[in-house]
Amino acid sequence: MIATLLAQAAEWTRPDIDWHGIAPELVLVVGINLVLLIDLWIDQSKKWMIASLTGFIMLGALVPVVTLAVVGDDVRSMFFDRYVVDDYALILKALFLLVGYLIVLMSQTELEEGGYYQGEYYVMLLVSVLGMVAMASSRDLVSIFVSLELLSIPAYMMAAWRKRDVKSNEAGVKYYLLGVFASGVLLYGMSYLYGTTGSTKLTEIGTALADTEGSLLAMQVIAVAFVIVGFGFKVSAVPFHTWAPDTYQGAPLPVTAFLSVGSKAAGFVGLMSLLFVGLYAADGVYEPFIFVLAALTMTVGNVLALRQTNIVRMLAYSSVSQGGFILMPLAVIASGDAAESALKAVVIYLLIYALSNLGAFAVVMAVSRKTKSGEISSFGGLIQYSPGLGVLMTIFVASLTGIPPLGIWIAKLASFRALIDAATGIAYTLAIIAAINTVISAAYYMKVLREIWMRPVPDGDTSEIVVPQPIWAALGICTVGTIVLGLFPGLVMRFADLPDLTGALGG
Amino acid sequence: MDPFKNNELLTIGTFLPLVGVVIMMFISAAEEQLHKMIAIVTAGATLVVGIITLLQYDYDASGQLQFVVNEEWISVINSNYNIGLDGISLPLYFLSMVVTFLVALYTYDNMPDAGSPKMFLMLMLILQVGMAGSFIAQDLILFFVFFEIVLLPMYFMIGVWGGEDRQYASLKFFLYTMFGSALMLVAFLAIYYNTGAESFAFQHLYEAGAGIGRNTQIWIFTGMFIGFAVKVPMFPFHTWLPDAHTQAPTQGSVILAAILLKLGTYGFVRIALPMLPQGAEAWAPVIAVLAVIGIIYGALGCLAQTDMKRLIAFSSVAHMGFVMLGISTLTVTGINAALFGMVAHGLITGMLFFIAGSVKHRYHTLEISRLSGMLIQVPKLGWLLGFSAMASLGLPGLAGFWGEFPALLASWNPNDAILGDQLELYRVLTVIAALGTVLAAAYLLWLYQRTAFGNPSPEFMPEAPAARSLSAAANDEHHDHHAADDIHDVTPLEWIAWTPFLVAIVVFGVYPQLMFEIMDPAVVELVNVIEAGVG
Repeated sequence: MIATLLAQAAEWTRPDIDWHGIAPELVLVVGINLVLLIDLWIDQSKKWMIASLTGFIMLGALVPVVTLAVVGDDVRSMFFDRYVVDDYALILKALFLLVGYLIVLMSQTELEEGGYYQGEYYVMLLVSVLGMVAMASSRDLVSIFVSLELLSIPAYMMAAWRKRDVKSNEAGVKYYLLGVFASGVLLYGMSYLYGTTGSTKLTEIGTALADTEGSLLAMQVIAVAFVIVGFGFKVSAVPFHTWAPDTYQGAPLPVTAFLSVGSKAAGFVGLMSLLFVGLYAADGVYEPFIFVLAALTMTVGNVLALRQTNIVRMLAYSSVSQGGFILMPLAVIASGDAAESALKAVVIYLLIYALSNLGAFAVVMAVSRKTKSGEISSFGGLIQYSPGLGVLMTIFVASLTGIPPLGIWIAKLASFRALIDAATGIAYTLAIIAAINTVISAAYYMKVLREIWMRPVPDGDTSEIVVPQPIWAALGICTVGTIVLGLFPGLVMRFADLPDLTGALGG
Repeated sequence: MDPFKNNELLTIGTFLPLVGVVIMMFISAAEEQLHKMIAIVTAGATLVVGIITLLQYDYDASGQLQFVVNEEWISVINSNYNIGLDGISLPLYFLSMVVTFLVALYTYDNMPDAGSPKMFLMLMLILQVGMAGSFIAQDLILFFVFFEIVLLPMYFMIGVWGGEDRQYASLKFFLYTMFGSALMLVAFLAIYYNTGAESFAFQHLYEAGAGIGRNTQIWIFTGMFIGFAVKVPMFPFHTWLPDAHTQAPTQGSVILAAILLKLGTYGFVRIALPMLPQGAEAWAPVIAVLAVIGIIYGALGCLAQTDMKRLIAFSSVAHMGFVMLGISTLTVTGINAALFGMVAHGLITGMLFFIAGSVKHRYHTLEISRLSGMLIQVPKLGWLLGFSAMASLGLPGLAGFWGEFPALLASWNPNDAILGDQLELYRVLTVIAALGTVLAAAYLLWLYQRTAFGNPSPEFMPEAPAARSLSAAANDEHHDHHAADDIHDVTPLEWIAWTPFLVAIVVFGVYPQLMFEIMDPAVVELVNVIEAGVG
């Protein structure tokens, strides 16, 4: 027995590792250990340093991402093409690290003042971001699943971080139970995929499915459906969204922001890699499926958002609805020549949505520090006593509505473009549904603006809001991003290159 | 001097107000006077750039785009930063600068009650960027972005600084415009894809648009029609306008009337007609009918109003009806008249809203039944109201005449190459529209008669001095404020802000050629494009 093992071992060769390519992940891994160790030895009064350290780690990991983008015109591929660093992966890694950094900025004061555990929180955050960064490069069922769990499990705990608060516990438990269930479904689907195609590598699955020429096995149909359902939970697509509002409301605000942007984007990235590289030939299955998901998600999310009086719940439902818009171009990637524009649309949408939504959450955090309330009405008269915050919130909300020249308008335009490129009846139908939803969404976003600009201050207390320095920094980054990307979307759109994602791997 | 070399001029003129916005951002809101000064200086500097543009403009080549810039912008959707100015856009582009400057000047003394000049003026400057940008854009996406920039500042202007029903009015304005924009964007995308998805540039689409099949053109035109008609506003889509105008602060009303409404008609002239000539051919009679309904309906609406500002708002519906009637003839005369009418309406109705604002400031009411005897109490203001009312009803010799009379003339003889078979319809419409001018005279003169003639109403008469001092002794200081105390004649600042309007109304009334000369070559080019597209 030992002899056979040894014989196998002899055949085993060490995979080539591109140290530069994997540097962002390595920086994060080293950073996680560093934070963990320092947290053990550091005095309670100096815990604030952990936050700064975490921020530096996020930025430090961003450095190799930038150098890779500057140096590399070739695709770097590791572990037998199962882990790939291309432009698509780089821009998404940059997004995740930036989100991580912004969350650190937003968490800092909240954690210090709220009496939370700090060191552990930042370890969890870093681990989760590591999972996301790995997700961007994963091109194999196993690595996708590992990344997904790596980013989810810390998030379950972070949602329940306010541990003496029943609501926060509910948030964590709900998120955990449904998340684990979704993982189960996903894994089930993946096992069928592996079973019927004989490989876990996305490119090989892609070839195997394409060889069936449309006549998929029943098991493969189930597999594709299950995989999409599994990711549907992650991206809180209707009808798998039920965890989202309760979790968002119960979790500490920075965590909510993180979930609504980070994990959601990671879910989309996983789904995109799978669809574009692995499952593209199964369009008969995923096309109608995603069509229904996208249409339901944007409509139900919008209708429910209309009725909310709590700003966080409203943002939660609005984020569900935005998810529908992001999902929309994925429904048509196999039709016409929509694949390229769909990929660009999703990537730019994820980026700008992240900045605008994080910005909105940062303002909510700043305002609730004073008002101690989550009601939309607590924003009444904000423009009078804190004009800066009022204007910033206006920018973010207007961007989420899709008003040019602010960020999301171009993302929405890109999504519409993908649908029109597809030029099928189902694509046009989806475009009409989306257009109607855009107008509906204006109604509840305008509700926030009306409070800020036109309503009186609720309790007559017009003392200015003291905004902590880190939150200002976060707000600054989000504002600049929202405006600049709205005016010059070409800056990031060129990274979302389809031939890069699929072509280089022969997919 | 070669104007084609001064490429930065338009960009500077359009974006200069943003410099003021950035400066104001860093100054505390408490420095109210400073904010007003910065806004005036910024708007003034913008106007200076506008004057330089006027001077460098080559009037002999008015039919072509000048100061053209074509830089790469969003390459993934083939949309470029493509700007330029020709005879059609020059008057409107310049008008937007003049109006913003004068409104900023007027704000110095007449800040709306809600206060906070910092926000108010910043919004106004952003608004100016959107307006000027819309008139220079030569690319559909760029146009759309500028067109939309206007939306939020106006929404806040009405909603924050407006009258009692401001929240309702602002939301109505927002939702109507948003709905129109959505359809408009869909129409833009449809044109883009139907011409082979090559470019959003106007020039390209003028050539390629005619190649789209007739039915498709009609459908796309429908989308654009609704989008622009909401903004104009045309008859069935006009209901936001009386509310928005009545509730908006004076500054907002003036800008709305003078510039914002023109974005819609400009869109028809610049985009919808030349890009979709066959769509225009099919829609022109419908537009003409709706325009004439608007003329009559607006006039009847005016007769029923009890509020001066609401009356002026309804008169806008009627005047824009004449503009649309001119456009719907698809003739050189008609479109020239429409463009002239746009500028004239901007000047005259802007002036009327200024006067309404000043009346409100003095009398604290705009109810026509409570006002009377303005000629006795505030004679200069009363005369100005009379002058503007005369201009508005289309008195020959003042600017309003040259918008309406040629429009009627053109609709008697619509373009027979395109609308030959619709001659009878247009003739009938001409007669009805001519009746509209009579109604216009009726409602304006009646307004003038009720507010300016007669004796001042007793509630606004100063009390006798003796009784006054007694009551002053009896009441505390707060109650002492008497209704008549605010009533004074036109202030010097108002003269400064208004004189350019008055001069322009007279100058363009006496010598309309000044503007027709600039517009005509461009309009001829435009009609050629339409005729070529149909034929």
